Amino acid sequence: MKRLLKTAVGLALTAVMLFPVYWMVNVSLTRDQDMRADPPHLVPLRGTLEGYRAVLDQQLPYLGTSLLIGLGTVALTVALAAPAGFALAKLRPVGGGAFSFVLLIAQMIPGIIMAMGFYAIYLNLGVLNSVPGLILADSTLAVPFAVLIFTAFMSGIPDELMQAAVIDGAGRLRAFWSVVLPVSRNAVVTVSLFAFLWAWSDFIFASTLDGGGDHQPITLGIYHYIGNNNQQWNAIMATAVVASVPATILLVLAQRYVAAGVTAGAVKD
Amino acid sequence: MNRDRHVDGRWTAWLFLAPVTIYLLAFYAYPLYRNIELSLREYTVRSFVQGGAPFAGLDNYQKILSDPTFGPALAHTVVFTVASLAFQFGIGMALAVFFHQHFPLSRTLRALFLVPWLLPLIVSASTWSWMLNSDAGVVNAALGTVGVGPVNWLTSPDWALASVIIANVWIGIPFNLVVLYSGLQSIPVALYEAAALDGATGWQRFWRVTFPLLRPVSAITLLLGLIYTLKVFDIIWIMTRGGPTDSSTTFATWSYRLGFGSLLPSFGPGAAVGNLLIVMALTAGLVYIRLQRRQWA
Repeated sequence: MKRLLKTAVGLALTAVMLFPVYWMVNVSLTRDQDMRADPPHLVPLRGTLEGYRAVLDQQLPYLGTSLLIGLGTVALTVALAAPAGFALAKLRPVGGGAFSFVLLIAQMIPGIIMAMGFYAIYLNLGVLNSVPGLILADSTLAVPFAVLIFTAFMSGIPDELMQAAVIDGAGRLRAFWSVVLPVSRNAVVTVSLFAFLWAWSDFIFASTLDGGGDHQPITLGIYHYIGNNNQQWNAIMATAVVASVPATILLVLAQRYVAAGVTAGAVKD
Repeated sequence: MNRDRHVDGRWTAWLFLAPVTIYLLAFYAYPLYRNIELSLREYTVRSFVQGGAPFAGLDNYQKILSDPTFGPALAHTVVFTVASLAFQFGIGMALAVFFHQHFPLSRTLRALFLVPWLLPLIVSASTWSWMLNSDAGVVNAALGTVGVGPVNWLTSPDWALASVIIANVWIGIPFNLVVLYSGLQSIPVALYEAAALDGATGWQRFWRVTFPLLRPVSAITLLLGLIYTLKVFDIIWIMTRGGPTDSSTTFATWSYRLGFGSLLPSFGPGAAVGNLLIVMALTAGLVYIRLQRRQWA
């Protein structure tokens, strides 16, 4: 009986915590004329899909761009971080400790500073408002974190496994590619998950480096939508719901990796 | 031979590290260098594109220190950070202790608590904007049912900072919950059993066992929270743009507004504000690293 009481309390706490998420969904289904009802309708009894129709009409290109940027960021992050993690964990280079220290520090730099520096550089290089430019900038959110995750994970792989490969005549590149990387699947999943989510959610780089581009991510799609159109809240919230879908799917599919990533000392940006 | 191979291995390691090293130099060190350079020169839109901005020394820093926004921005940064940390940590700790008990659905419910943390910040910020809307927001409607008159959350200078703190606390709770929960898991059950045998009440068990043993994890949670909270930009910018009249401006939003918020950008002062923010974040970061070292040792 006491256990059931705790479950009831737990359900109540969760309901309070997730109320804003419910409200976002509720508003996304509310008709324009009911939007300013007093008191607000708690459930969308006479709901509408008008908002979602607006998303389909106007926001699909933004979603496509975000997907592209997210996947590009994941690829770049894993490609850079996995070999580095391997080196730090298994080859123990001279200066490896100092290197890890630099990575810790790199995560502490506020995004606005990086954005301003990137803006100055991109302006001179002429890569403002481009998808590759944004992928590069977004990867700075994930790369230091990813190297540290790979290092921590790969340190746990027994040395014997690698030595066996080396004795069989494999070079270090081969040992990395055919032995260590396949075993590190969990680390690859954790890193990809965070790299994707951070790139998908990024607003500051998008607004500073891609504010005038032809291909803009969904965060800017929502932002412009609020700016130009602060009446149609069902459409704004419908976009928000759609933009949250990747996070929701990833949470359901990869729950334990999320918790692993946070507790591994993730600093959220 | 074995030893040669070992030494050789230590240097081939740098071949694996070379891509990331080049990356860090090009995409961390160089932007940071450009940012410092920006803060030390007198830029106009023209000289920003064509180069040739005159060296200005510390003029930009002097300018921002004597700017009327400086005092309020510093105060708001401190209030925003301290209030966010206190509530996130307090609520996160209470929830971690609660979910540490075993009851049906506890694991699933705890996983659901992660949702706010995974949502894009623009999504959370715009949802909160609408919930806190003065005329049609659900928060004022709820306050109305208990007889409290409508609050102009986002449009009154008295409430704007509180509004962005509320949203930021909501976003920060999951992180505190997860880290503190994992800390709780590492406390041996035997200690609680011993305390129970000695007749300790639940409250005593928390203050005498849980809290002291959780101190290292708590310190790291708070420091990571501090570094993260100093950087918060999206939530404030999307909900209030730092307004009305600077009433929710922090260093992060001030820096953005100087650099990108108007048609006539002042990059020099913007970069200078940003660099002050770096100093604050790095100071917190060094404390964090010291603490972490001590924990490893």
